[in-house]
Amino acid sequence: MKILVCMKQVPPKDAPLKLNEAGTWIREDVSYEVNEPDAFALEEALRQKEKHSGEVVVITAGPARAQQVLREALAKGADRAIHLEDAAFVGLDAFNTAGAFAAAIKDEQFDLIFTGLQSDDCGFAQTGVILAELLGWPHATIIMQIEKTEGGIKVKRELESGYFQFVEMPLPAVLTIQSGINKLRYATLIGIKQAKNKPLRKVALAELGPAITANSQKIERMYVPQKTKKTEYLEGSSAEIAKKLVEKLKDEIRVL
Amino acid sequence: MSETILVVVEQREGKLNRVSWETLVAGQSLAAEMGWTLEAAVAGNGVSAIAGEVAAKKVSKIHALESPGFSPYTPEGFSAGLKQFISAKQPRLVLMPHTYQVRDFVPKLATAMGRTVISDCIGYRKEGDKLLFTRQMFQGKFAADVSFNCDPPWFVTFQNGAFRGDRVEAGASAAPVESVNVDIPQGTIRNKPQEVFKEAKQAVDLTQAEIIVSVGRGIKEQKHIELAKQLADALGGEIAASRPICDSGWLPMDRQIGSSGQTVAPKLYLALGISGAIQHIVGMKGARSVVAINKDHEAPIFEIADVAVVGNLFDVVPALIEEVKKMKSSA
Repeated sequence: MKILVCMKQVPPKDAPLKLNEAGTWIREDVSYEVNEPDAFALEEALRQKEKHSGEVVVITAGPARAQQVLREALAKGADRAIHLEDAAFVGLDAFNTAGAFAAAIKDEQFDLIFTGLQSDDCGFAQTGVILAELLGWPHATIIMQIEKTEGGIKVKRELESGYFQFVEMPLPAVLTIQSGINKLRYATLIGIKQAKNKPLRKVALAELGPAITANSQKIERMYVPQKTKKTEYLEGSSAEIAKKLVEKLKDEIRVL
Repeated sequence: MSETILVVVEQREGKLNRVSWETLVAGQSLAAEMGWTLEAAVAGNGVSAIAGEVAAKKVSKIHALESPGFSPYTPEGFSAGLKQFISAKQPRLVLMPHTYQVRDFVPKLATAMGRTVISDCIGYRKEGDKLLFTRQMFQGKFAADVSFNCDPPWFVTFQNGAFRGDRVEAGASAAPVESVNVDIPQGTIRNKPQEVFKEAKQAVDLTQAEIIVSVGRGIKEQKHIELAKQLADALGGEIAASRPICDSGWLPMDRQIGSSGQTVAPKLYLALGISGAIQHIVGMKGARSVVAINKDHEAPIFEIADVAVVGNLFDVVPALIEEVKKMKSSA
């Protein structure tokens, strides 16, 4: 199986972030790491390759710093990498990002494309599904298990509220992968050494030509959400607090 | 001609997903503010009962989109069928709840129509003649006001809890239901979905719970979960937890609230020993009332709490259980 894994570099979850002067994005002088669900997507691709042989290719779009994500993926066992390198990729909407990926792989023939189910920065949860539509492939989202079958694959979709569903589908296909589908591996020293010699293709924005258009949605401004709630602090002994709280539950919150 | 807002309500296995009421509230509110017409649609195979349920609300018309290709749900069937209807209808706005099902097909549908989706919104605002949709960025650390930079139809999905479903306005009289047969050509659907199933034996739908007692790391030991359960029982609510508690196996995964668990909007969310990491907050901030008990006065959960108790939960909770029981027995 030849598998492409789409990855994104994002600020860590607990990173203190500041807005840029225009108030349209964050200040980029922060640390970055791989988007968590994308790490699970990579791990799943590596596991599928170990089972069925084939090739794992990783792709990202972003400035020079984003190469770190690809290097780490190569060190973990990916075979080669594609870097759409331009700072402009950071501001693209999901449609343009998916379009850029589709254009960059037009001469390749993958059986599967994995993405994480969403990113920790924008949280669109759209890029993988749009990519499937652009390629004309079937897709399935929020995947917790993948099995190869005679005619294609059988995947386990996570639904809400503890429900699941198996879906059979032909290949090629796009899957968006849920965190926790597997247990992540660490890169080995040998892996890190080998990664240096693995191929990494850089693609400039200009090479993608008409695949990138004006964003069809625009962030007008970003801001720190206002605290809308007024918090009332209850004080006293435990018994007093309990009494006050029950009164509130009864008279104000009205659940008793 | 007036512009139209189309709310696509969600049905699963022939039942209306309650979160659809929230989307309808968003539609009613937008329709009132913009002076636009509100219509609703439901897609499935035999949806007249659901259409009838929606028709009791304040909407101009319900479109019951019927096709065998809608059942069982597949992203290909829903995308193809809704594209047909929406392309012909040309509403200004198409609103849907940001459910797993909608996330699965709406980016495909919008792309197939050459449009975009502003996803997972928590509200909207009108600024001059511009309509902006607010969504969270960077795990809720920031909010962004986002505008459409393309022709309508504009697709928007709303986060669970963004609007108050219980505030949905009833109509003066039942709205007309129009049945539309949608043709989904053979070969459109390549996915073969099997039956939906529950993994955990007692899997619970916390999104439907009105009272949730939720525990975090502050509960310290597995044996203390019982204390929280007693409080939940006394209140007639469900027990839930933050991710670390479920990862430790102290409560099953289907009781987890947060970005990787369920998103809930109960009337009361009682947080015991929960610090309030953003991954947790995104799953419960839609609660109408948040009561937080935590001994750390700097815990971020207090930022979104209506009622805060800075104190030891092992002292407060037993007293609370007693007080609730006392109140209920005297009622």
